[in-house]
Amino acid sequence: MIGPVLLGLTRFLVGGHPRWIGSRPTMRQRIYFANHGSHLDTIVLWFALPDALRATTHPVAARDYWGTGRLRRHIGVDVLNSILIDRSGQGPKEDVLRPLHDALDLGRSLIIFPEGTRRTERLPGPFKAGLYNLAAAHRDVELIPVYLENLSRAFPKGALIPAPIACTARFGSPIGLRPDEDRSAFLERARQAVVDLAA
Amino acid sequence: MIHDRSFLLLVGGILAFLAVASLIGWVLARRAADAASRATVENLNARIRAWWVMVAVLAGALALGWTATILLFGLLSFFALREFLSLTPTKPADHWPLLAAFYVFLPAQYVLIGWDWYGLFSVLIPVYAYLLLPILGVVRGDTEDYVLRMARIQWGVMLAVYCISHAPALLLLPIPGYEGRTPLLLVYLIVVVQLSDVMQYVFGKLFGRTKVAPRVSPSKTVEGLAGGVAAAVAIGTALYGLTPFTPLQAMGLSAVIAIMGFFGGLVLSAAKRSMGVKDWGTAIEGHGGVLDRLDSVCFAAPVFFHLTRYWFTP
Repeated sequence: MIGPVLLGLTRFLVGGHPRWIGSRPTMRQRIYFANHGSHLDTIVLWFALPDALRATTHPVAARDYWGTGRLRRHIGVDVLNSILIDRSGQGPKEDVLRPLHDALDLGRSLIIFPEGTRRTERLPGPFKAGLYNLAAAHRDVELIPVYLENLSRAFPKGALIPAPIACTARFGSPIGLRPDEDRSAFLERARQAVVDLAA
Repeated sequence: MIHDRSFLLLVGGILAFLAVASLIGWVLARRAADAASRATVENLNARIRAWWVMVAVLAGALALGWTATILLFGLLSFFALREFLSLTPTKPADHWPLLAAFYVFLPAQYVLIGWDWYGLFSVLIPVYAYLLLPILGVVRGDTEDYVLRMARIQWGVMLAVYCISHAPALLLLPIPGYEGRTPLLLVYLIVVVQLSDVMQYVFGKLFGRTKVAPRVSPSKTVEGLAGGVAAAVAIGTALYGLTPFTPLQAMGLSAVIAIMGFFGGLVLSAAKRSMGVKDWGTAIEGHGGVLDRLDSVCFAAPVFFHLTRYWFTP
């Protein structure tokens, strides 16, 4: 019930239609990684994917936001199929990424926001290492850069309700982790792939 | 209204016009030889298909009554405003004025029209929104490009909400001897302004040589303008039976509608150009966005409304 309402509201208020620029929607196992400007990012990117892909794709969401409150938790976990992770920084790093490795081992696709937090700028900031760690451990998974346009204008940090500003999700060409590429070079290349879609 | 002879003639005329257009489009599509002309014809046919849909939607809303018609224009305003403000680089600090524009002033304007509260709907946006939007915009204390940002939001609300809302406001004009027929006045405005647009396009494609404003809009030509306005005035005069006007008055008012409509298209072309885009959006296949189709209505509706109100209501 909430799913279709959420989809209808998203389309009516912000659109959020996909633009498949460098790739096509296919059933291949993928990690979609995008810039992060708004709590709507997860919803918009999720609904930009065709139905069939949504069934096997899990957004990676912060437990401290999507895990709190009954409605939000219902949307996050039951509607959007999210995997909630702790970003409090407590506990060993491997444990934070464990559920993501598990999901990838099961053949699932992921949606991640490698900046780790929302930003107000148009272009993404530096990426955290998680994307690299996932890519290095699952080399056969396609890495698709996604640029989410206008989300931080439609629903900026601190806002209570979104404004109707038209948003789009642009999907780029897959980037792969090169055999001898180090972490910072890869993360910068991945960030650049998102930046290139913003032009 | 349904039994009105001139109304039935108009409906028949519109359907025949669209049928002929579809037929011509079909013939042209079979004849198109090279890639460039195929693209032009494909766009033409997309436009004609969209016209069928637009005519059906407007006719449906009018058949359902004035509430549905006002609601339809409210939705069109919503999408037009969304197109305008999405292309305008607003900042997160503009969030409060944006919320007020979309969720307060837009619905309030149409509710006031529904209530027929002329004294308030005619000043709501030029006075209250004009002052309240920059007040809300100053709350976050972001002064970078403040004047530009506020001016853009005010412009968007004026064009997409205030100006467009004057089209359905025609329904409520208390014209003596014309009671119950005001939906025809709205139909008249839409037919004249859109026919002017369409015929400007047709005459421009057929005979266009001299560009009117090459730096603003490469597709607008003197030949297109003259042919389009002449055709719109001819039809607007012939349709005087739908209106409370005499043939001469209908001629004058349809000339005002067509010329204001032309300038609406020109001004919003300049706005698009300054924002670096060709179309306002992708909502209507072949035409672009909602605002691409309503740019002429934005400029024609308020002037037509006020001239009619001034001269034809007590």
